[in-house]
Amino acid sequence: MSAPGDLVLEARGVTKSFGEREVLRGIDLGVREHEAVALIGASGSGKSTLLRCIDLLEEVDDGDVFLDGEVITDPAVDPVPVRRRLGLVFQAYNLFPHLSALENVVLGERRAHGISRAEAEERGRALLARFGLAGREDDRPDNLSGGQQQRVAIARAFGGSPRVLLLDEVTSALDPELVGEVLEAVRALKREGMTMLIATHEMSFAREVADRVAFLHEGRILEQGPPDQVLSAPRAEETRRFLRRIQAN
Amino acid sequence: MPSDRRLEREAAKRRRHRRGQAIAALSSIVILGGLAALILTSPGWPEVRETFFNWEVFKESFPDVLKAFWLDVKIFLVAELAILVVGLFVALVRIARAPAMFPLRLLSVVFVDLFRGIPTILLVFLIGFGVPALQLSGTPSDPVILGAIALVLSYSAYVAEVYRAGINSVHRGQRDAALAVGLTEAQALRHVILPQAVRRVAPPLLNDFVALQKDVALISILGPLEAFREAQIIESLTFNFTPLVAAALLYLAVTVPTARIVDRMGGPEGAVR
Repeated sequence: MSAPGDLVLEARGVTKSFGEREVLRGIDLGVREHEAVALIGASGSGKSTLLRCIDLLEEVDDGDVFLDGEVITDPAVDPVPVRRRLGLVFQAYNLFPHLSALENVVLGERRAHGISRAEAEERGRALLARFGLAGREDDRPDNLSGGQQQRVAIARAFGGSPRVLLLDEVTSALDPELVGEVLEAVRALKREGMTMLIATHEMSFAREVADRVAFLHEGRILEQGPPDQVLSAPRAEETRRFLRRIQAN
Repeated sequence: MPSDRRLEREAAKRRRHRRGQAIAALSSIVILGGLAALILTSPGWPEVRETFFNWEVFKESFPDVLKAFWLDVKIFLVAELAILVVGLFVALVRIARAPAMFPLRLLSVVFVDLFRGIPTILLVFLIGFGVPALQLSGTPSDPVILGAIALVLSYSAYVAEVYRAGINSVHRGQRDAALAVGLTEAQALRHVILPQAVRRVAPPLLNDFVALQKDVALISILGPLEAFREAQIIESLTFNFTPLVAAALLYLAVTVPTARIVDRMGGPEGAVR
């Protein structure tokens, strides 16, 4: 594991409302190279919205997001090349149901990154094999288990060689017995030094894989720090309450 | 080795099945046979048979009606292809969000409202007789082509709405995922959304084609010798409706198989996704 380096991703004062509802109320958060940051917080605290804002699937209202020091949330910035430098894995997988596992991985590489079909397929096969999906290349998502589908989705997001991988509660839609295989895929990425921002409900996983944990509460980051500190000795009362509630379940 | 209990159950199941079949057969014979007997013995039947189901007239007229029917087949095959293309184009224009597309988007809404709202027969008449009356150079004057254009306009309006419904039915997460892997909006539409939308709307599209295949007969008001017109001419010479029944059978010969394909696609197995 490499030591964290320069800031790769940084949110400064990001706010976002949907109509009257303020979802993000000024988010300041940085992710350094090779660092994995876990984003924890109750449902509706704004974790997904923050990740979607970073991937430019939602437009921020105020503040800015920087990728490698360049602002990406400026209205003048074309979102397409920015998204090609980021990877996003969705809670509900969002695989393309009309395409095979391999085609799901290859589509972005070919169309967005201009890699030749032969090369993209070779890379796609290698990627699927890496996430334990060798032999499932030609299966449609429907024929795969939830855990397999999410691993295809991780391979798909990783296929574009992103600077940062954004993971949005990637195990929340899974049956309990399938959670382990997906977490193992994320662990493998961490070992390779992938820079990641991970929204998660799995506290033990956050403790294990994250270099830093940030607690999001009602659209603000109430505290952040090393996992042991935030998860074992939280400073904020809201964090303590949240962790108690999670452990009670 | 299955247990006695299981064998007993299977035997009971077979008995139930056989009994069901026997009842269905008996009920069919009684009801359908009764209906047939009622019709065949009714006082007016000989006249009905003579006027609508005259075998001699049928044999005599069928080759001509069949020959004319090929024109229908040619028209609906070409029209269907054109409708698929025009309908998709209108649908895509209508969902386009670029501000520069605003006038085209407006036109596509007008196109759909207009051609879906006018009776098809009126449209056929208007274009088939109206366009030649303009005597503009370069406009087609062949009634077959003009009639086909009228059908294409009318049906493209319906089909555009079918496509649009299909596109809107694809979950938003699909667009998000396509953008997230780095595709442009156009690439997302082309590679992710449209393929799913078209699969989903194939049954309603074919359903519209069933309607089109019989509406080709509307072109007869412009004069081309298609099946209905040919049958009508023979009818007016013989005062016998059997040629029209022959034409009806020919339309059924193409619409029923198309309808069966629709059934199979939309079946409970949900073969199409």
